[in-house]
Formats: sequence, structure tokens, C-alpha cells
Amino acid sequence: MDKTVPIIEVRNLKKYFKVSKGLLHAVDGVDMQIFPRQTMGVVGESGCGKTTLGRTILRLIEPTSGDILFKGESITGYSRREMRRMRNRMQIIFQDPYSSLDPRMTVSELISEYMIINRTYKTRNEIRKATADLMETVGLAERLANAYPHELDGGRRQRIGVARALSLNPGFIVCDEPVSALDVSIQAQILNLLMDLQEDLGLTYMFVTHNLAVVKHISDRIMVMYLGQVVELADSDDLFRDPRHPYTRALLSSIPIPDISMRDSPIEPIRGEISSPINPVVGCRFAARCPEATEACTGRDIPLRDVGGGHMCACLKVDCRDNPD
Amino acid sequence: MNEYLLEVEDLKIDYQTDLETVHAVNGISFTLEKGQTFGIVGETGAGKTTTALALLRLLPERTGKLRQGTIRFDGKDLLKQSLHDMQSLRGKRMAMIFQDPMTSLNPVMRVEDQIAEALMLHNTDGKGKAEIMARTDEVLELVGILPERKRDYPHQFSGGMKQRVVIAMALACEPELLIADEPTTALDVTIQAQVLSMIRELRDRLGMSMIMITHDLGIIAQTCDKVAVMYAGEFVESGTLEDIFTGEEHHPYTQGLFGSIPNLAVKTDRLNPIGGMVPDPTKLPEGCYFSPRCPHCMDICRQVHPQDVKRGTHTIKCHLFSEVTHG
Amino acid sequence: MEKQKKQSQFKEVWRRLKKSKPAMFGLIVLSLLILTALFAEQIIPYKKALEMNAAIRLKPPSLEHIFGTDAYGRDLFARVLHGGRRSLLIGFGATAGALFFGWIIASIVSYYGTRVDNLLMRLMDIIAAVPMTLMALAVVSALGPTLQNLIIAIAFARIPTFARIIRSSMLSVVDAEYIEAAHAGGAGALRIILKHITPNVSGTMIVQTTMATAQLILIAASLSFLGLGVQLPTPEWGALLSEAREFMRTTPLLMVFPGIFMVLTSLSLNLLGDGLRDALDPKLKS
Repeated sequence: MDKTVPIIEVRNLKKYFKVSKGLLHAVDGVDMQIFPRQTMGVVGESGCGKTTLGRTILRLIEPTSGDILFKGESITGYSRREMRRMRNRMQIIFQDPYSSLDPRMTVSELISEYMIINRTYKTRNEIRKATADLMETVGLAERLANAYPHELDGGRRQRIGVARALSLNPGFIVCDEPVSALDVSIQAQILNLLMDLQEDLGLTYMFVTHNLAVVKHISDRIMVMYLGQVVELADSDDLFRDPRHPYTRALLSSIPIPDISMRDSPIEPIRGEISSPINPVVGCRFAARCPEATEACTGRDIPLRDVGGGHMCACLKVDCRDNPD
Repeated sequence: MNEYLLEVEDLKIDYQTDLETVHAVNGISFTLEKGQTFGIVGETGAGKTTTALALLRLLPERTGKLRQGTIRFDGKDLLKQSLHDMQSLRGKRMAMIFQDPMTSLNPVMRVEDQIAEALMLHNTDGKGKAEIMARTDEVLELVGILPERKRDYPHQFSGGMKQRVVIAMALACEPELLIADEPTTALDVTIQAQVLSMIRELRDRLGMSMIMITHDLGIIAQTCDKVAVMYAGEFVESGTLEDIFTGEEHHPYTQGLFGSIPNLAVKTDRLNPIGGMVPDPTKLPEGCYFSPRCPHCMDICRQVHPQDVKRGTHTIKCHLFSEVTHG
Repeated sequence: MEKQKKQSQFKEVWRRLKKSKPAMFGLIVLSLLILTALFAEQIIPYKKALEMNAAIRLKPPSLEHIFGTDAYGRDLFARVLHGGRRSLLIGFGATAGALFFGWIIASIVSYYGTRVDNLLMRLMDIIAAVPMTLMALAVVSALGPTLQNLIIAIAFARIPTFARIIRSSMLSVVDAEYIEAAHAGGAGALRIILKHITPNVSGTMIVQTTMATAQLILIAASLSFLGLGVQLPTPEWGALLSEAREFMRTTPLLMVFPGIFMVLTSLSLNLLGDGLRDALDPKLKS
């Protein structure tokens, strides 16, 4: 496989929503490349745009501007029929295992639905067999085939979501907070499943979450978002070893660590609240809360720059090897 | 003044409906001293919230059945108090904050009125309206809400600020005991840090005792003095913070919990989740409730319900540590 | 495998429905009424309803004429039974029509969103601004008083209510993530509306249908009473009531019998509807 062509590339992607008070900048100029068999983790808190980003890439939400490329081909302008074909190649696993499954369908109906819509197989038997195989792959017992979602717990429901996403054999899957609604011990089961599937089937993931420990565990590269923009982008180990952007550092230090030796040096939490994504001002959007902000930070938009070895950061305070300011 | 602020002994609670009986809490005991913070950690269905509601006698009337046990608050037997007496305790000496600030706040009441309500209900020394409003302002400042926002309605606040309002309401009368049921689960991580820091600070300033209920071991590590791990309505392990986090021996469930969390410090290839699922509380297994999922399950585990094994402050409810099985 | 599952859903609803005595009463009575309407011809031939005989005018109930006779000596029992046939036909027919078109409008509007919503729902508002009976009256006057036109007129008047109520239920479904999941799988509008949205609002639709049927039978009767529906001598409950007006004081039974049937029909439909609403509500279970 040609490793230099990213399976997903996003160029200056923007999604704005018209609301009564103005324009909501949900995704505001995101550039990103995801390479085959990689996991790109996308982290951020509520309102950062990570969920909108995932859906816009799949064109479940239409972008306001910018370009989306799948294996080098621009899919932004694809017609509905062409996008339908793309569903065979790009899929999504939803966060809420309670609302993402039609309560009136049985497990096997839920899993086989995509295959039926897309006429993946010719005979009902083939579909039945494929469904049974998928259930086995994700660890759902055969006897659950005629069960309804409300009869099952969160972990099993999420496995249905995974099976459904796999049913069309996609190469790329957006995992939208797939374990956030689950108990800790079930989370671990599903994470292991996703990682095993990635290895066995050569999948590429965009893993959206607010949980830093989870994202570190599963990602190769991580993108940190704040109010619709990317503030930092680096390899997973790199990001945790050497976080450069003040927001990333604040985020990392906010996580309560299950280690009592840290107890007596409590972290200074970051002040303030996230500002409004509606009609945002020019300049760094984190400046209002940033302990290191200066006047220069609010004058103009701060671009993402390479600060060494593919580690990208959007902050004036961070040394930039290529373009000293 | 009693030795313990709160003493709970052998509490058993069921939810009884026409169709079935849910064994939510199956015999828990603990004590809490003044100024101590007790953490109860467990996953969904462990019985943590039921326990919290029982302490305030807020179990659903029709279905919640407290089968046995005693709850003593400052020496008083809470189960024998009249409704009127309980009402004067709630909000004043014992307060609770819930997980979802969205549903804890009345959407049609201004924020300052909701806090004032708590004060007015417990206004035993006849404070005038002006005094109460002044106290409301004080409390709002305590939780970091600007005075100009006090006449706003809940929907005008963000999640983190709503939770601050909820905390303000709980702390308005300076209770001796605060029960916090997953107070930051619904909040963003950076806001969670703010709110936790604030809770800790206020607790220290007011000298409050606290029961912190959560599924997050990190929060336990940062806020608690003693901990109990709850599973299927029981404390399978309890002890001081050191016992739970740095102790040598652990209940297999506790080990499983620690093994399920991706560790920020150490990179692991695979997590070690606990296989299987939480037992059906209407049909609890024979013997040890954890036995179907336990990697160390022995024959005796399936037949005999384990007793508490005490090692100083550290208690583990498991046959692995029992003198009987190990001679 | 498929059959197994459909049955169990049905069985569950049936089990819950059985618990409600009023609903079961409604179901039984309604079933009896429908059976008598279907087999009216077998029970007593239609010609008896039209056979005039001046000699036996306004006679009280007897063995030969169970309900007695009317002003023209016609057997009242036959007229009530065959009248019921028409009344029920109009009621069910109009309901079916209103349901169908209301569902279509609600589906389009909830799926395609704001602009279409505004257009179509304002149109519904205009029609709904006129009270149902008057609207039906206006339409049937324009079209001419036949049974078919009556059905059309009444159905037309009821469409806005169906559209509004179904739309309201659909709106809460349309934003659900499982609809988005269906999009993600490549499903188009038709599939989503038919396979995902409609089944999840079927509860509302079923209950609305029973309620509407009761209401529309009464409206049909009102219009016939006014002479704008079924034309005499064709029997229909409303028409029968109209005929009986003159003799209210002398032969009250002429009004009572058709009246009782109307009341029973309406009551049984409403009781059944209430019971169904409860039985179909999954939240009541847990």
C-alpha cells in the first residue's frame, strides 16, 4: 500500500451553523491527514467541534467550505449516489449505544441492514451468514440474534454498533466517543476489541474522545481541538511527553491520576469557561483563559506551525524551528 | 459529641416491584469521622446511589425497602426520626449533590432564589429577608459565581456553573456532612478540575465530612481519606487510601478495576478488562457475587458467601485471604 | 426466525391490553358491532329496511319487528343494522383517508425540515381554522351529497389533525441517532421514513386512528342529520336520527335505538384507544 497517500485528508475544513445570535463556528479551518492503518485521536472538551468534524468528513453533515479527500480523491462534491458508494468505504461508530440503535429492530436486523441497503449480497442466506460472522467477530453470542437493544446492556449494544460499522467492509471508521457511555470495565473490553479489529482487518480509525487516557492508549497521532480549531497535533508519545500548547498542558494536568503520591501537590486548575463559538473574535481563542497570554495573542489568528519532528502547535509562545517570528 | 459523625451498620436495601425484587444493597457497614472524606467507588448498578439516598431517607416510597441495618448520624438513629425531623436535618446538617446539574435545578426559579430557599427552610433563628439574601450572595461568591449573575435562570449557565450553583445550594447552611454522587461526571475535564478543587477547598474551610461517590479512581486518589470498593451491593474491599492504592493484597475486582484503566504513565498494549458482566441484582449468584467473573475463583467461592477478612484498617471480602481456606 | 420476533412484540402488547377491563370491553363491543355490520344482510335482509307499510307505522317493539317500525312502517332493526354498515364504512373510510394523507404530509415535513415544514403546516393551519364539521359540510355541499363524497369531505377535514399529531411524534424520532446511523449506511428518504420513522411512531398513529374513527362517525351522522350526507331512504344512523326528530315525544324509541348504537360505537372506540395507548407505551413496563 502506498503509505504516502493519506487515506483521509482534510483541507481547511469549515462547518458553520446559522443560529439566532449569529454564526456558530463549529469546525473552523481544520487541516488533517490520516494515514492507512493508523489511529488519529481527536481530543477536546465540549464545544471543540470534534464530533462535528467526524460527521462532516463522512458528509453526514455538509461542510460549509474546505475539501475532504479519500485516498487522494476529493469527495466534497460527490453526488448523493456517489456518496452512497462511499459508505462502503467510510463508516462511523456512534457514542450512545442507547440512541444509535433503532429500538424496533432485532440485533440481526440492525447488523444486516447496511448490507441489505447496499445489496452487498445476493441471497438472504448469504446475508444471514455474514451477519452471524460479524456477531462472532465482535463477540456477540448467537442466541442474541433476535434480541432487542433494550434487552441488552451498554457493552453488548456497542458491539452491535461495531458490527454494523464493519458490515460493509470499510477501510476507514470514525469512532465517535465509542466507549464514553460505558462502564470502565466494559470500556476496556470494547477498546481491546477495536484494537484487535484494527490489526486483523487493517482498519484506519479517527478516534474522537474527551478521555485523554483512552486516546493515548489507542492512538498513533493525536489532534487537540479547542473551539473548532486545532491547537496541537503530534505523535501520541510526543504529545504526552512534551505538550507544547498551554491548553494541552492544562488539559493533561486536569486529569485526576489514580496515584496517591500526587495528592499533596494538587494542580492549579485552569480558570474561566470556554468562550462562545458564536461569532468568535479574531486571535487565539484560548487567550482569555491562558496563563501565558499576551496582547499579541489576540491581535490576529495564530496558525498551526511545525515545532519539530511533525509536532504541530498553534501558539505564539512556542519556539518554531522553521519560521521564527 | 460522638466519636463518629456517621455510623452505618449492616445496611440492606431492596427495590420491590410487583414483578421482582432488586437486591440493591446487601449488607454494608462503615463509619465516618468529622472532617473525613469517605470514597465509594464502583460501576453502574453497584448500589452507590441507593446507599446515598438511604442515608438521607430519600428512597422511593413505593418501591424502596430498607430491610435491615442502622444509620446513626451524630448519635441519632436516623431510621427512627420523624419526617419533620429528617426534613430539618436535610439541607442543614446533611446535604447532597447529584450528578446531573441539569435536572437538579428548577428551570423556572432564579438561581439566588433556589439558594435562598435552602436558607429559608432552615431559618430557625428568624433571620430577616435581607440577611438571607446577604448570605446568598456570600455563598455564591464562595463558589465563584459573579454577583451580577444571581438573578439569572439555570439555563443561562454552562454545565460547570450549574454544578457550582448546586454546590452553593448544598453548602448554604454549612452542613456537617456532604454526600456527593458523581458530582463531576457530567462535566468537561478542565471544568471538573475546577469544581473538584473548589469542593476540596470548601470542605477544608468548613471542616465538613464528605462521602464521595464515583467510578473514577483518580478522583478518589485526590479527595478521599478512606475508600470502599462496591460491587453488587457489597463493599468487597475497604480501607484507608494507602490500603487501596498501595496495598499488597486486593480483591480481584479491585485489581480488575485498576487493570481496566488505561494508565497515562505506562504504555500497555492491551488492557486487562474484567470478563463477563455485572450480575443481575434480582438473581444474585450463590456464594461470592463476583465468582462468575473472577480469574481466581475456587470451588468454595461458588458455594460459600465470603466473609470480611480484616488486616488492620484493610478489609477484603474474599476467600483468597481467608484464614479458613489458607489454614 | 423473523416470524418468531414479530409475534412476541404483538403478544406483549396484547398481554398488556388484556389487563385493562375497559379496553377489553371496548374491543369486544366494537368487534360485535363490526360483525353485525358485516353480516347485516345475513341477519336481516336489506329490503326489510326499505319496505314501507303504512299499516304498521310507528309500532313499538314486537317479535316481528324487534325495534319496532318507523314513520313509514319500515323495520327499525333492519334500518339500524344497515345504517350501521354505512356509518361504520364512512367512519373507517374517512379515517383511513385522513390517516394516509396526514401521514404523508407529516413524513415529508419532518424529514425535509424547515422550509417545507412552514409551507405545508401553514396550509394545514388554514384548513384546520374551520371547525371540522363545517369544513366537511362545505366540501360535501360543493361536491354533492353522496356516500363517497361524504367520505372525502370528512377525511379532508381531519387531515390537518393527523398531520400535526403524527408530525409531532415524528419530530422527536427524526433527530435520533439511529436515523443518522441509517443515513450512514446509505439509506434514502423512503427507507428511513418507512422502516425507521413510521414504526417508531406507530403507537401514536394507532391510538389516533381509533379516536378519529369515533369522532368521524359522529361527524358523518351530524351531516346526514342535516341532510347533507347519505340521502334518504338509505339508512344511516345520523339520517335515522333526523327522521326520528318529529316523533321524539310520541315514539322516542325511534331515536333511542340508533342513538344507543352510536354511543356504543363511539365509547368502545375510545375505550379501546385509551387501552391501546397504555399497552403500547414501553415506558410503563419498566
